[in-house]
Amino acid sequence: MGVALTRAAQWTMGKLEVSPLNEALLNDIVNFVEQFNSRHPQEAKLVFTEPLQWTTALQASDFTSEYELSGSSVHSQDTDKDGCPLLQLIPPDISVRSFSHLCKVVQLANDSKLKEVWACLEANREPVVKMLGPNFTTAEVSDSSPEAEFKVKLLLILQQLDTQLLNSSITQLSQKVRLSPAAVKRDVELLKSVCGAGEKRLLKSVRYTSDYEFSNGCRSPPWRQAHGEIAYLIIEPCDTEPLFITCSTAGVYLNSGIKQEGEENAYERKSDVYKDLVTLLKSKSLHFTENINEQDFVIHEEPPTTLKIPHVEAVDVEERGQTLRSYEHQEKNVHEKARQQLALNKSGVAKKLEPSLKWNLGLTSPHEEAEEKKARKNGGGEKATESWTKSPRSESKKKADFSGSPLPDRLSSQKTKSPGGGTAAEEFSESSSESEEDEEQSERRGESHTDLPSEYWQIQKLVKYLKGGNQTATVIALCCMRDFNLAQETCQLAIRDVGGLEVLINLLDTDEVKCKIGSLKIMKEISRSSQIRRAIANLGGLQTMVSILDSPDKELKCLAAETIANVAKFRRARRTVRQYGGIKRLVELLDCVPDSAMLSTEQEKDVEVACCGALALWSCSKSTRNKEAIRKAGGIPLLARLLKSPQKNMLIPVVGTLQECASERSYRIAIQTEGMIEDLVKNLNCDNQELQMHCASAIFKCAEDKRTRDLVRQYEGLQPLVVLLNEADNKQLLAAVTGAIWKCSMSMENVVKFEEFKALERLVSLLTDQPEEVLVNVVGALGECAQRPANRATIRKSGGIPPLVSLLTGTNQALLVNVTRAVGACATESENMMIIDRLDGVRLLWSLLKNPNPDVQASAAWAICPCIENAKDAGEMVRSFVGGLELIVNLLKSPNKEVLASVCAAIAKIAKDEENLAVITDHGVVPMLSNLTNTADDKLHRYLAEAVARCCMWGSNRVAFGEAGAVAPLVRYLRSKDPSVHQATAQALFQLSKDPSNCIAMHENGVVKLLLGMMGSTDEVLQEAAAGCVANIRRLALANEKAKYG
Amino acid sequence: MTEMSAMSRKIIQNLAETLSKQVKHFNKTEAECLIRLFNGLLGEQTDRRVGLGLDRSKFRNILHNTFGMTDDMIMDRVFRAFDKDNDSYISVKEWVEGLAIFLRGTMDEKIKYCFDVYDLNGDGYISREEMFHMLKNSLIRQPTEEDPDEGIKDLVEITLKKMDYDHDSRLSCADFEKAVRDENLLLEAFGTCLPDAKSILAFEQHAFQEPQER
Repeated sequence: MGVALTRAAQWTMGKLEVSPLNEALLNDIVNFVEQFNSRHPQEAKLVFTEPLQWTTALQASDFTSEYELSGSSVHSQDTDKDGCPLLQLIPPDISVRSFSHLCKVVQLANDSKLKEVWACLEANREPVVKMLGPNFTTAEVSDSSPEAEFKVKLLLILQQLDTQLLNSSITQLSQKVRLSPAAVKRDVELLKSVCGAGEKRLLKSVRYTSDYEFSNGCRSPPWRQAHGEIAYLIIEPCDTEPLFITCSTAGVYLNSGIKQEGEENAYERKSDVYKDLVTLLKSKSLHFTENINEQDFVIHEEPPTTLKIPHVEAVDVEERGQTLRSYEHQEKNVHEKARQQLALNKSGVAKKLEPSLKWNLGLTSPHEEAEEKKARKNGGGEKATESWTKSPRSESKKKADFSGSPLPDRLSSQKTKSPGGGTAAEEFSESSSESEEDEEQSERRGESHTDLPSEYWQIQKLVKYLKGGNQTATVIALCCMRDFNLAQETCQLAIRDVGGLEVLINLLDTDEVKCKIGSLKIMKEISRSSQIRRAIANLGGLQTMVSILDSPDKELKCLAAETIANVAKFRRARRTVRQYGGIKRLVELLDCVPDSAMLSTEQEKDVEVACCGALALWSCSKSTRNKEAIRKAGGIPLLARLLKSPQKNMLIPVVGTLQECASERSYRIAIQTEGMIEDLVKNLNCDNQELQMHCASAIFKCAEDKRTRDLVRQYEGLQPLVVLLNEADNKQLLAAVTGAIWKCSMSMENVVKFEEFKALERLVSLLTDQPEEVLVNVVGALGECAQRPANRATIRKSGGIPPLVSLLTGTNQALLVNVTRAVGACATESENMMIIDRLDGVRLLWSLLKNPNPDVQASAAWAICPCIENAKDAGEMVRSFVGGLELIVNLLKSPNKEVLASVCAAIAKIAKDEENLAVITDHGVVPMLSNLTNTADDKLHRYLAEAVARCCMWGSNRVAFGEAGAVAPLVRYLRSKDPSVHQATAQALFQLSKDPSNCIAMHENGVVKLLLGMMGSTDEVLQEAAAGCVANIRRLALANEKAKYG
Repeated sequence: MTEMSAMSRKIIQNLAETLSKQVKHFNKTEAECLIRLFNGLLGEQTDRRVGLGLDRSKFRNILHNTFGMTDDMIMDRVFRAFDKDNDSYISVKEWVEGLAIFLRGTMDEKIKYCFDVYDLNGDGYISREEMFHMLKNSLIRQPTEEDPDEGIKDLVEITLKKMDYDHDSRLSCADFEKAVRDENLLLEAFGTCLPDAKSILAFEQHAFQEPQER
């Protein structure tokens, strides 16, 4: 009671304030006193050391016959040992010396109970001291009289009440709002917006008393900021006097009228505390209340309730953290005070206490404390989840909750859990080629104490034996633990939650091989759960397991490697394995003779070890740095040797590792040069789909290289790939196989083979109802195959064009790049083009120019070129795309060279139609092309020159190109090594040379000599263009001479 | 003296010959080395009844110092398991036969041997009481516990639950074998009675390489 009253209750100037919190506290006390007589009859009779005295409103007439009345004064019949009556009323003062009488007084007071208790507590600030004597709570009590015993009991009862009160006040406190400067500012802005002169105004004015704003957002003077005050406001409502308001972190309230800074007395609080300004105004101004709910105001105002929430979110994280922390602080203080007090009392009366007294539970035994410390060290967040196993720890649990959840209402709920672990991992991220398949789903479990399964308790018991047993008992406990269904989440988490993981990991550090084996057997199973994986990594289990890889015991090595394989499914774990030298050791495990016919038992064991090592490497190989580490440790030749193994359980992890690593160039080269392609191809013919998938996937990644593609063909790998296309149900396999086919079809020799095996028909049939990863590859393969004219017809005949065109509407960018390429390839055949046109495919391609991805843009523009070339009435078609020409011209601003080249190519095609050329000229194609002429990209040179040549055909474009300085750079293109650039450039120069000033510029840049060389080319188009250009220059010179001399 | 030693060498070689035929895990040289070792140990023995073989305390010393065993009761039982004829001495034959299982026994042999060690009264069953007896020191006793034996009793129960396949509340040899086949770790379920790999290696190196060094 003492603590609750001094700490929780709000006192002002020696008086208890009128506040909801205090009222709640008092109500609790009244209830307590009222029922005291019936609940604790013996303690009630105990005579207080000093009477409680206060000024009462009770009259003598209120008292019943139990008391002796004499005039206006009243006294009780029973007295203490000195003869003083236990209750004495001499109006208006009353003094009471026992709980039984206190109880009666409260009962007598009826309606004014609260007032009486109120007055009593105000007059007796330390009731407990008065009741039991000043030294009782602090000093030792030596006598063991029955009276002292009652005193102790009474003390305990009071302590209980105290804790109860504290608890309830905590829930109240926690619901309270804490304002921040930002929130106040926001509120004030809001209120200012509803001030004004109009009829609809809610307030006359709102202003701060000080214009100066400190850097922390406060406007109150620093010495008042120390009290948590943020700012002072003067608000003039429409219907009352101006309100002088203090905004503090605890809420807002009226002050005694701060007009300017420095009026010290004015800071005093004069009203209740409200949680925000709007609530305060609602209670003070009727006008405000009436109007606030009306009209358009509703828009900004769903006020008090939601206002807080945006501010909580808007305030930056740090600030929020801070408010929370101060919060936590406060709560902790309350707890700690309470505990201190309890501890103090305990030492005072300890001798007479039974060990089971309630508050004794608040103290943990040293053993538990040590454990707790350890656990806390190991993983702060997870602490909270561990502690629910034992009730005494609920306190620490609650604290964890405070820090964990920003929402006040969660403070009171005991069962909520803070999300454990998780975030720490992100801090040390490292680049990895793989997406983290495993990056944690958060803890999901709403279990409470009641529905813990029986396994939980059994596992807890076994863990106890693990901890406290010698080797024999440990082995028995380990074996029994394995009998549980370790694949089940409840068991996995039970082991973790009762601290089993720590013990299992500690066992790995012992010398007992059996214990290590048993422990690893369990960890191997439970590490299938991602939460356990994280816990093992957090507890440093990986380091020990890595060192076990050096053990001479092969079974132990196997188990350690398998467990590492399971744990290293997330990035941080993989990094840990590498950092502790695990990769090197795992690679060493691979060293065995896998394929000799007769294996001794020892060799068989070696193979098993290698298999486990490969499994672990497979998991680890998902990180780029680990791939590098495996290579450096000499893993590639060992993997190549294991690849010859006949065993599938060996091959799957080996090929898995290889295909994972094949994302690195060094591996692709190695796979090719070490002759692994042959084995990969061989395994395509096996009967295990997983293995087939990894093989196909490895080929997919390696076949970017032409030599590899040829090898696949030479080892007759193409046919099995085509056969595997029939496995339409296994989508992963299908994706890998189609990927391999796509990459292989980049070689035309392979395409010929695919034609032979009728792969195209199969591929076309896979264009519908497939997941995107399959579609990307299928379409890619079709795009490559369609480079051969015969295949374009095949695609058309097997009905592949409509699904391809419909895929143009997709969103997957990789898919779009491939689809546009395939459609473009098909469009080179006019029969195909008819179908594409009918399906409005060109419009779809055109709309892809708007795609933000430059690869898609370029690919679409490339596809548009053959479409325009082969479509009937192409000019009309292009014009029908509203805004289409402007769109494509504007793509000339792209920074991407490929996009520029493709767009130039498309513009060259578009410009064949004169009307369209006129339109793109209007859109400023000439200066844009001219701007590009200084580029160094040779591919772009060619298409740029083509576009320039075409665009010269309209109006004064030739002159415009000349004026924009496009001529000189174009001349330089003639020095390119690419003959196709020469051709295009010569044509452009020929067109430009029809303008005299361009001829001069060309001549100045030494074009004639270059062109003369090209006139001797075997390419007729080039010959003609070069000759034409030279002729034009010559003609100009002749005309010039004529003009001069003629 | 040389005559004597020459003669004894002859005897040892003959003995080794016969023993290596009877005991399959050792070849003749190995058997010879073990016999020499045995004779060496006998020589140290001050007891006059040298002729009968190694006595209990000497043997226990070996178990403790060479094979790192610590549990008195188990060491006693190991002695009994070696001492096939129950004369409280280990003869040279018993020594070689025992070490054969001890060092190089197959799983079957080890199961049989361990079961014999654990079957304290030799009635063919490991009873609850025997288990309790063997496990009673296996848990650290918490002074706070009301019944310090409770943990042990519980441990016995869960062991029984795990290993007693025919549910007759005791372990027969068949139960034991089945349990160990199922989970090898249970071979030494009731106390270490076999040397670990490291000490086997050390012992064999010590015992079998000696003659070459000389």
